[in-house]
Amino acid sequence: MKKLINNPEDVVKEALQGMAEAYPELIRVDVENQLVVRKEAPVQGKVGIVSGGGSGHEPMHGGFVGKGMLDAACAGQVFTSPVPDQMYTAAKDVNGGKGVLFIVKNYTGDVMNFDLAAEMAQAEDIQVQSVVIDDDVAVQDSLYTAGRRGVGGTVLAEKICGAAAERGDSLDDVANLCRRVNENVRSMGMALTPATVPAAGKPSFELGPNEVEIGIGIHGEPGRRRMELQSADDITEMLAEPILDDLPFKNGDRVLAFVNSMGGTPYLELYIVFNKLHEILKGRGISIARSLVGPYITSLEMQGVSITLLRMDDEMEMLWDAPVYTPALKWKA
Amino acid sequence: MVLTKDVVLTWLETFARDVEENRAYLTELDGAIGDNDHGTNLDRGFRAVLNSLPDERDKPIDGVLKAVGMTLIKTVGGAAGPLYGTVFLRMASAAAGKEALSEADVGAMLAAGTKGIVDRGKAEVGDKTMLDTWAPAVDAFQEAEASGEDLLAALQAAAGAAEEGMKSTIPLVARKGRASYLGERSAGHQDPGATSSYLLFKDLLSAVEGTAG
Repeated sequence: MKKLINNPEDVVKEALQGMAEAYPELIRVDVENQLVVRKEAPVQGKVGIVSGGGSGHEPMHGGFVGKGMLDAACAGQVFTSPVPDQMYTAAKDVNGGKGVLFIVKNYTGDVMNFDLAAEMAQAEDIQVQSVVIDDDVAVQDSLYTAGRRGVGGTVLAEKICGAAAERGDSLDDVANLCRRVNENVRSMGMALTPATVPAAGKPSFELGPNEVEIGIGIHGEPGRRRMELQSADDITEMLAEPILDDLPFKNGDRVLAFVNSMGGTPYLELYIVFNKLHEILKGRGISIARSLVGPYITSLEMQGVSITLLRMDDEMEMLWDAPVYTPALKWKA
Repeated sequence: MVLTKDVVLTWLETFARDVEENRAYLTELDGAIGDNDHGTNLDRGFRAVLNSLPDERDKPIDGVLKAVGMTLIKTVGGAAGPLYGTVFLRMASAAAGKEALSEADVGAMLAAGTKGIVDRGKAEVGDKTMLDTWAPAVDAFQEAEASGEDLLAALQAAAGAAEEGMKSTIPLVARKGRASYLGERSAGHQDPGATSSYLLFKDLLSAVEGTAG
């Protein structure tokens, strides 16, 4: 294992401390509870939005804390869900009197820990709603699995719901919007190389020099299918087709196209994927209304890519364009 | 024969050491079908338990078990935190108000822990989870107890059934938790949660054996 770390046990706290020093104008960090909190929180009269999950997916979620997106992010250990105390503390920190929305990725541990936290917050009369994001088409959604994983769609839901909260929407409205984003978003990813969790010291799985894993999640957990490396165009097709057929996206739809790096794949390759994705969408009569390209929901140093498509409507487009001011996403209206 | 608080404390200390010794093994099992952190997370939780035990020693059994549950929920994370945490909280409720636990009390306590796993994790036997260790172990304990066996013999039966339950997860296809994403590819691997659960039963037996011997 070759990593820029000091001690595997300290990686999360040291990284959070670094974030606090880098963005004092946007966020404050509660190192003990491993929380990144919007500097002005609690914002009175605004629904507070809290997300969180295992570390190792940076910039998600801490990098999305700030005006127009999240009010707080709870960082777990690497690839491990945060614990209920963290979300409970975050809910108290950001509740501006209009309640708190938990945006949860669908992983067994995350769902259980957020559930416990919601029970604790509700016991103190803080209104909490939870929306679970499950957009990964690589997983069969059935009685026989834990359900689809929450992946790239989470980033888009956090941005869009953050904007809705900022304009003063009620907790019910922001939660319903979050569900609407989840219903209209689909993702799939692949890995060229595995990732190494610092505390484990070796890769979570092994891939041969010429092998790739299709259907990877955002943790070290293996995907569904392993095969020989193929061209960027062929792999883009293998990811895009199941996404398009799943919703299904139709002729005339307009989408937000999000091509994401799993951490180790450079922009040069992401744009090659985006180019092919554009061609596939054009062939199906689907227009790209907005786009996002870059490493936003990563898996440590893993090389690989994920594609997320969100079917947009006018309101989502307006909310996507609304100002956002966070460490990882920043734009003016 | 009864389960005293001293034996419960020995049980917890033994398990904490066992998890530490098996940290790499449990993590490796998790790497094959999960996310490669079960040993690391459980070890972090039980090291926290060991650190807090000196302050909890004077509490009754249920107080000790409750403190363990709260510590695990606070420190473990992942799915194992809420699951093991719930197990200990439910065992604490079952042991409430008792100075020492009879065979029937221990059976009720273990059954309450099992119910906690079902409630929190919505799992069934055969889903390739820790429940595949717990359910047969508790059944074996209660069967032995009902037929008049003493604590030691009932725990021997439970630990034996726990080991078989753990091994029964090897051919199973996972239907809960992260391993379920793998579908058929999860078959052929022993479940890490079922494995740590077996250690918990084995260590309860050895704690009782220690006092009996």
